[in-house]
Amino acid sequence: MESTAYFKDQFEQLQQTGPQGTIAGLRKEGFEDFNGRGLPSFRDEEWKYTNISTLFQQEYNLDGEAGIEPSELDAIRLPGHEQANELVFVNGIFKAEYSCIRSGANELIVMPLQQAAEGEYKTLVETHLNQSAAYIKDGLQALNTALIYGGLFIHVLKKQEPVQVYVYHILEAAAGPVLAQPRSLIYADKGAQLQLTESYTTIGNADSLNNQVMEVVVEENAYVEYYKLQNDNSNASQVSTSHIRQIGRSYVHTVSIALNGGMVRNNMNLVLDAEGNESHMYGLYLLKGKTHVDNHTLIDNRKPNCFSNQLYKGIADDSATAVFNGRIMVQPDAQKTNAYQANKNILRSDLATINAKPQLEIFADDVKCSHGCTVGQLDEEALFYLRARGISKEKAEVMLLQAFAADILVQIKPKALREHAEKLIDKHLSL
Amino acid sequence: MLSIKNIHANIAGKEILKGINLDIKAGEVHAIMGPNGSGKSTLASVLAGREEFEVTEGEVEFAGKDLLELSTEDRAREGLFLAFQYPVEIPGVSTTNFIKAAVNEKRKYLGQEPLDAVSFLKKMKEKMALVEIDQSLLSRSINEGFSGGEKKRNEVFQMAMLEPKLAIMDETDSGLDIDALRIVANGINKLRSPERSILLITHYQRLLDYIQPDYVHVLYKGRIVRSGQKELALELEEKGYDFITDEVDLSLGL
Ligand SMILES: Nc1ncnc2c1ncn2[C@@H]1O[C@H](COP(=O)(O)OP(=O)(O)OP(=O)(O)O)[C@@H](O)[C@H]1O
Ligand SMILES: [Mg+2]
Repeated sequence: MESTAYFKDQFEQLQQTGPQGTIAGLRKEGFEDFNGRGLPSFRDEEWKYTNISTLFQQEYNLDGEAGIEPSELDAIRLPGHEQANELVFVNGIFKAEYSCIRSGANELIVMPLQQAAEGEYKTLVETHLNQSAAYIKDGLQALNTALIYGGLFIHVLKKQEPVQVYVYHILEAAAGPVLAQPRSLIYADKGAQLQLTESYTTIGNADSLNNQVMEVVVEENAYVEYYKLQNDNSNASQVSTSHIRQIGRSYVHTVSIALNGGMVRNNMNLVLDAEGNESHMYGLYLLKGKTHVDNHTLIDNRKPNCFSNQLYKGIADDSATAVFNGRIMVQPDAQKTNAYQANKNILRSDLATINAKPQLEIFADDVKCSHGCTVGQLDEEALFYLRARGISKEKAEVMLLQAFAADILVQIKPKALREHAEKLIDKHLSL
Repeated sequence: MLSIKNIHANIAGKEILKGINLDIKAGEVHAIMGPNGSGKSTLASVLAGREEFEVTEGEVEFAGKDLLELSTEDRAREGLFLAFQYPVEIPGVSTTNFIKAAVNEKRKYLGQEPLDAVSFLKKMKEKMALVEIDQSLLSRSINEGFSGGEKKRNEVFQMAMLEPKLAIMDETDSGLDIDALRIVANGINKLRSPERSILLITHYQRLLDYIQPDYVHVLYKGRIVRSGQKELALELEEKGYDFITDEVDLSLGL
């Protein structure tokens, strides 16, 4: 049986003790929404292959006050961090004391979401926070909103070159199962450039669940690269919603890499809400053990002359499950849309599962859209060729899998991060 | 070096090799000729260990070992090399990394230290010169977008790098222009040595003008139906296969 009653206590406590205003209002909406919908069920079309409610059969610790040791943070810093702004969430709460802002105030502003909602960013927060709820209508999105606390606001201003932001999500699950619900709003101002990277680490052996919502607003002439590295332990589950809106003619490039974890659901939404947007969305999932990764993507073309290219590739081995649900919408206004999607899978075991579903909904007539989806095996001819040169079967397989992953990895533009991902993948594949 | 005794092999339930016998001694060059579909590549695949082929009868000894007991990779490490009739394109795997892995896996198997970067590069340079292959090809993915001739040259280059005891060259001459044929044949000739045996599978006498074989065999319908010396190839060139195959068909009652 699912256990959700304690969310009500948490909600009421936040409403009573915290400041009133925009965020409290959103929480109220979120809570009502959550009450109405409940947790997503596998009977829900959007959750057909990811039975997320099984994760709620236990009660989680909602402790946002957990701390970490500096050494724990040092252990997970990503290469290139010396030049990056490092932002830390512990159990879903943004922790300024562990974070490190290296850019000047004319390049990057970072503050708690609550503070942004009360001060000079009030209108901005009111306009953009929870815009994703219009797209993701389910209980988990609502639950995140119902319990917004300790959120993060980022305003990117730097124009000459990208400002680097690393976001570390740390879940402290040594004391028992933990549920974190980080919330953030990122505003890339006109002409601003951002390279954003997120990584996830659970400390301790109990289960963790990270129900994350990140909303990114991209203004005219802004340039955003967004990287997500999911390589947590196998008790670590997450529902990770990234909702990116290009509200001026701009450029967005995303790469999601999922290696290890428990049950992982990614909602990656790109809303192309201005003429002439360009967007690239890449994903790689290399799954083993019992890992379950569900990539739900949406590209919503709302204005004319937008270009988007999407490539997701993945492998499912052992009894892993991969889900790809790629939805492209072309609204009536979005004439001359170019939208391309491809999804390539390799099934490596009889017990592994791959569910791939492209969804094209086109309401304009002058558009170019294409999609392709394949599920195959490793190329036997290539394997034989490598083995006939003395390379072991295992090593030959790793070489072919690395080659398969390579055209996503090249999309990670910062060299330090790309090499880091390559190393993680080499290790992951050869274990 | 290689001793094949009464090998029978099936693919998809169909018998392709119907009792092959062949002995190759160290340093010898043998040529196998024969009409399309007679089983030449099948023989090469069986020797290299392709799993789709099922050996139903017979035995193969290679350098003192029971070849059929060894995995594909161990056969290669023991010194068997197959130059493919149709080399495979493998996008995303760099040729240089691949060859380095191959060289070092073999060294490991033989209990040798891996080659350090400097020695490996030196060896690459030396062998590149030997088969006249361009550096630019080796920095690309394995065979990806290579022309037919470039692929064949890459096979000979790999042979040079791996220094096999026995090289089986499956139509390494087809698809080569006259200059490339000469270069590839010269490369192979330079790799001849008293310790190294070569089995050439070919349709053309012109290769044998460059690489003079010690023995020539005709493979037909899964059997070696005629063996002779290099003059046999000249005779085949002149008369075609009919004078042999008609006789065989007759004896088989076809
Ligand atoms: N994978 C396969 N499945 C079914 N039949 C096969 C397969 N591979 C080879 N054969 C058959 O085995 C026979 C011998 O083929 P093989 O490739 O050995 O001939 P070959 O002598 O090398 O011919 P060529 O001179 O054309 O290269 C042919 O009839 C071929 O169709
Ligand atoms: Mg052949």
